[in-house]
Amino acid sequence: MTNSLISAPDIYDSSRRGNAIIEELRGVYQYRDLILQLVRRDIVARYKRSALGVAWTMLQPLGMMIIMTLVFSNLFHRVEGYSAYLLSGLISWTFFSQATTAAIHQMVWGAALMNRIYMPRTSFSISAIGTGLVNLLISLVPLVVVILMNHIPLTWNVLFLPVSMLLLAAFSLGIGLIFSTMAVSFPDVSEMYQIILTAWMYFTPIFYPEDIISDATMRAWVFGLNPMYYLVKLFRAPIYEGKLPDAHTLLIAAAISLVTLTVGWVFFCSRADRFAYKA
Amino acid sequence: MDMYQDLVVSLKDVTVRYRAPEVRIRTFKEYMIRILKREVSFKEFTALDGIDIEVKKGETLGIIGRNGAGKSTMLKVVSRVLVPTNGRVWIRGRVSPLLELGAGFHPELTGRENVYLNATLLGHPMAEVQARMEEIVDFAEIGAFIEAPLRTYSSGMVARLGFAVATAWEPEILILDEILSVGDEAFRQKCQVRMQDYRASGTTTFLVSHSMDTVVSMCSRVMWLDHGKVQAVGEPKQIIAMYRKGKVK
Repeated sequence: MTNSLISAPDIYDSSRRGNAIIEELRGVYQYRDLILQLVRRDIVARYKRSALGVAWTMLQPLGMMIIMTLVFSNLFHRVEGYSAYLLSGLISWTFFSQATTAAIHQMVWGAALMNRIYMPRTSFSISAIGTGLVNLLISLVPLVVVILMNHIPLTWNVLFLPVSMLLLAAFSLGIGLIFSTMAVSFPDVSEMYQIILTAWMYFTPIFYPEDIISDATMRAWVFGLNPMYYLVKLFRAPIYEGKLPDAHTLLIAAAISLVTLTVGWVFFCSRADRFAYKA
Repeated sequence: MDMYQDLVVSLKDVTVRYRAPEVRIRTFKEYMIRILKREVSFKEFTALDGIDIEVKKGETLGIIGRNGAGKSTMLKVVSRVLVPTNGRVWIRGRVSPLLELGAGFHPELTGRENVYLNATLLGHPMAEVQARMEEIVDFAEIGAFIEAPLRTYSSGMVARLGFAVATAWEPEILILDEILSVGDEAFRQKCQVRMQDYRASGTTTFLVSHSMDTVVSMCSRVMWLDHGKVQAVGEPKQIIAMYRKGKVK
């Protein structure tokens, strides 16, 4: 074939495709409106079905907070403003667990479509994280209320929160992509993941203070190896403690998030061509 | 002169081979156990076997064959959904598959919201969808229902809206998989007219159907597939006659 038929932009050639990892990034940019629509669909569909609508997103963590405060506040009364401590941890954890779970489920749902139309295959995972971020923003409202009720002052350091949320989102996308890739072959991965999540939550200081483990070496081992420890801390610092996170936490959280996202992206993209063969 | 200027789709020695475990392994747990016991063996299934075909602008290629002959796999390869195991797929232009009724629609969203969702799924930017919205609603004959949730629609309305979105943009390549039985007689006529207009202005169509009448009335060329191999390609009536006699290579 002549050269003009090889490099034109509207030409697809299965034997001359670029690097899958880069191509996927380009595809996501091209299909950015689809991702927006998928987020919109998830939010709108969720709120149309319930009379309380958006209020649910705020009431759900509040309900959890009230129950857990009743149960644990006596145990952890040394934690200042326990309900605020709990809620800030709970909100960031809920984002992580819901967004990653949704990313895995979306792959199963999207498989039927992906077998008929071409679209960037990460679209569904990305939109799941996007939906999670919208819900996270909404649940900041009750968090601020609880913070103020606990007489914890809000400082300008709150402005750091977007950085915390973006790193948390990057980490979640990475984890979501890794487990989605596995779930395409084995549907039971999604159930396995729920068990992993439960165990993981107990290893993260969300409803208990860090000093619950009194031995410093032990603490370093248990928390130091848990990525979510740093990410939850990064989220809590600007809003609950009213200060910027320390450089050590920030560096580790950023490194973990970016590495996880890269690993997830590469793992997913390098196997994405095989997805259509599984169905 | 460029001898390829009319070429829209070219398949060269396209082979799709599925490698499936001998026994269907459904869970990760079972997979790990079998791997450890070295019990996993695979068998290969060839869905498409060395397909060669060139399709030119404005052609309507019918694909016929028994169930499991490889027709759907062929469409997937042309839609870019499936990357072949071997061989080369070359496509010029945007491919628009006509989805089965309501695939990609959400029952809780309104008709309008679903149009946005479905059109962006087909790769159209939002601004373009906005510009064509009225035209889509008109063609689908949905009227004021466009603001109502999709679950209140009759199946005919869903089908009409789906067809209207999928064909709102004239595609370079259109994929039709057994779905032209949309809505009532009048709407079917309207669909036929739109397809004919597109064909006249140069859209290339791939059509899979078990209805030989549809194939004869719409296709300019027919390809008969069996066991993933091309049995014959050529003039519709002739190929259909061969297919009916059923002498497989």
